[in-house]
Amino acid sequence: MARKAAHGGLMAGKSKVLTAVASLYLVYTLVPLVWLVINATKSQAALFDSPGLWFGGSFALFANIAETFTYDDGIFLRWLGNTLLYVVAGAGGATLLATAAGYGLAKYRFAGRRAVFAVILGAIAIPGTALAVPTFLMFSAMGLTNTPWAVITPSLVSPFGLYLIWVYAADAVPDELIESARIDGAGEIRIFFSVALRLLVPGIVTVALFAVVSTWNNYFLPLIMINEPRWYPLTVGLNQWSGQGRGAGAEPIYHLVITGSLLTIIPLVAAFLLLQRFWQSGLSAGSVKQ
Amino acid sequence: MTRTPRRKVIWALATSLAVLLAGCSSGDDSSSGGNASPEALDAALDKGGTITYWSWTPSGKEQSAAFEKEYPNVNVEFVNVGTGEDHYTALQNAIKAGRGGPDVTQIEYRALPQFALQESLVDLTGYGFENLEDDYTASTWESVHVGDGIYGLPQDSGPMALFYNKEVFTQYGIAVPKTWDDYVAAAQKLHAADPTKYIASDAGDPGFTTSLIWQAGGRPFKTEGDRDVTVNLQDEGTKKWTAVWNKLVEGKLVTNITGWTDEWYRALGDGTIATVTAGAWMPGILMESVQAASGKWAVAPLPTYDGGEPVTAEHGGSTQSVLKQSDNPDLAAAFVRWLNNDQASLDVFLESGGFPATTADLESSEFRDFSSPYFGGQKINEVLTTAATQVSSGWEYLPYQLYAETIFYDTAGQAYVNNTDLDAGLRAWQDTLVEYGNQQGFSVNQG
Repeated sequence: MARKAAHGGLMAGKSKVLTAVASLYLVYTLVPLVWLVINATKSQAALFDSPGLWFGGSFALFANIAETFTYDDGIFLRWLGNTLLYVVAGAGGATLLATAAGYGLAKYRFAGRRAVFAVILGAIAIPGTALAVPTFLMFSAMGLTNTPWAVITPSLVSPFGLYLIWVYAADAVPDELIESARIDGAGEIRIFFSVALRLLVPGIVTVALFAVVSTWNNYFLPLIMINEPRWYPLTVGLNQWSGQGRGAGAEPIYHLVITGSLLTIIPLVAAFLLLQRFWQSGLSAGSVKQ
Repeated sequence: MTRTPRRKVIWALATSLAVLLAGCSSGDDSSSGGNASPEALDAALDKGGTITYWSWTPSGKEQSAAFEKEYPNVNVEFVNVGTGEDHYTALQNAIKAGRGGPDVTQIEYRALPQFALQESLVDLTGYGFENLEDDYTASTWESVHVGDGIYGLPQDSGPMALFYNKEVFTQYGIAVPKTWDDYVAAAQKLHAADPTKYIASDAGDPGFTTSLIWQAGGRPFKTEGDRDVTVNLQDEGTKKWTAVWNKLVEGKLVTNITGWTDEWYRALGDGTIATVTAGAWMPGILMESVQAASGKWAVAPLPTYDGGEPVTAEHGGSTQSVLKQSDNPDLAAAFVRWLNNDQASLDVFLESGGFPATTADLESSEFRDFSSPYFGGQKINEVLTTAATQVSSGWEYLPYQLYAETIFYDTAGQAYVNNTDLDAGLRAWQDTLVEYGNQQGFSVNQG
C-alpha cells in the first residue's frame, strides 16, 4: 500500500486508530436506526417475544403504518400537520429574520452595534431549555398557552443563526458590490433581495437546516406550552403514546410508537439529503476566495 | 409508574413553576358550592353547557360520548393530556396559572391529598355524594376522602394479589406461597434451580413499596388539618415489610428490570419473572400485552405475615374530581356522579376491562364467575373481588406524594441498585421528605 501519495499532494494516509474510532462511532450511530427499522416491522406481541436486533413474527410494517395513521381517529396525521406548521412558520420565520438581521449587522454601521453583538453572543450561551419556564410564564400571562403561537413565536428567534449569517455575510457580500449597486441606483431593500440574498444562499441553507432540525425535534417547549393533544407536534404526541404503556389500565402501543418514530425521522433525513448539496458547495465556494 | 430522571427534571420544573406562578396567579379560590345541593346537579344537567374532562382512562372517550348521548344539552370535551406524571404536570401548571385547566379531572388516589389540600378541588359533600358510601368498597371510599371532605367518586380499585407463572412454579416444584416467609423460600429455591429466573422484579418503585408497607400494617404518612404532617418510615409495619424484602434485595433474589419497559413485558412473557404482586388491574395488562404467556399465569391471594386472616392493600386506582377553577362546578359534579355511579357508564368501563370500585359490580355473579382463558380458565375475579373486601384501613398518602415519589429513586431506590439495607434507604427518603415538607410550608414531624 502506498502510504505516501504523490509528492506535494495530500497523502491518502490511513490511521488504524482513527479508522477504528470512526467505525465504532459509525456503529454507535447506526445501531439505533437499524433497531428502529427492524422493530417497525413487528407487531406489538412480536416486539416482546423476538430478539431486539433481528426480525421476528410476521412482517407487519405496512399494517403498522396503516394503524399509526388511523389510531385514535388519525391523530398522528394531525400531529404531523402541526409539526409541519411549526417548522414552516417557526424555522422559516427564524431563517428569514436571522438572514435580514445578520446581513444588517454585518453591513451597516450604527450606534449600539457592539451591544447587539454582546447580547447575541450571550443569548447563544443560554440553552433554550433554561428559558422555557420564563417563556411559559410570559405566554401564560398573555393567554397564549395551548395555541400554536406558543410554539411558533419562541422558535422565530435564532441567535445562533443570526450570528452565523452575520459572520458569513461579512465575507460573502463584498462592500464593493453593495457600493456599486448603490451607485447604479438600487435601494437598500433591492440590494438585499437581489444581490445579497443570492450570495448568502449557502449560509441561509445552513441556518434553515439547523432551524428545521431543531424545530422538528423540539420537545420541551411544546411539552410545557401545550396540553391539548390536537396541538401537539409529533415529538410530544409520540411521548404520549409511549406513556400509555404504564400503570393501571395501561394500553401499550409500542409498535405504533416505533413505527411513528420511523415515519417522523424520514422527512428530516430527506431534508438533509436534499439540502446538503447546497450546503457543501457553499462551504467550499467560500473557502478559496481571496 | 416508571419514573425516569427526565420525569424528575420536568416535575422539578413544574414545581418551580408552581412556586413562581403562585405569586402571579389571581388567587381565584372563591368559587364552589355556596348553594351546592343534589338538586343543583339535576338542574345543571337540564340546563346543559360545556365541560372539559382530562383523563387517560382507556374508556374515557367512550364514556364521555355515552354521557352526551344521554344528556344532549351537555357537551363534554374529552382530553388526554398524558399518563400519570405528564398529566399531573399539565394539571399543576393549569392550576397555578389560574386558567386552562379542565372542569373534571382524573386523579389517582395517591395524588388526591396533594390536590385537595392545596385547595384546587371542590369538596363534593354538599352535592349529596356522602350518601353514596354504600355503592363503593370501603377502601376506595376512604381513598376519596381527605380530612372531612369528599373530593371525588372512585373510578376503579386495585386490591393487591399475587400473580404467578404456574408453568414455572410447576417446573421447579414450587408451591403457591401463603406467607411472605414461604415467598422468600420460593425465591431461593427458584433462583438456585435456575439462576436466570427470579421470583420477582423490583427496581425500586415507590407505589409498589408503599402498597406493601400498607399491607404489612405500616402507616408512615399522616396529615392532621392541612399543615401538620408526620413521616415515619420506621414504624412497626414498615419494619415488618423490610425484614422480608431485605432478604430478597440484599440476597439478590429479585431482578431489577424496571416496570413497564419492553424488557419487563418480555420478562413477564418468557418466565424470567415468576410472580408479580400488583393491583387487580394486572390481568388486563397481562392479557393485553403479554400474549406470549397465555395460559401460564394464575392468581392467588397476597401472602400474609402470619399465614392467618388474609389482608391486602390498594395498589393504584383513580377517582374523578372537580376543579375549583371550573366555571360550572354543578355540571362538572353531575358528570362525575354519572361517570362513576350510573350503570350505563360503569358498563362501558367494565367492557373496557377495568376493575371496578362499585360493590354491586364486584358482587355480580357475572363478574365473579368470569372464567379467563388467559388464566387457564381460572375464575380470577373470585380471588380479586374477595381481596377488594380485605384491604387494611387507615392508610394515607403524603400531601406532596408526587414529589416524594420522584425523589424515591435517589434515596430508597439506591438500596435496590446496590443491594443494600432498605431500612437505611427508607430513612434517607424520610430525611429528604421531612426537609422538603418543611420547605413547602408544612410542619413535618418524624414519628
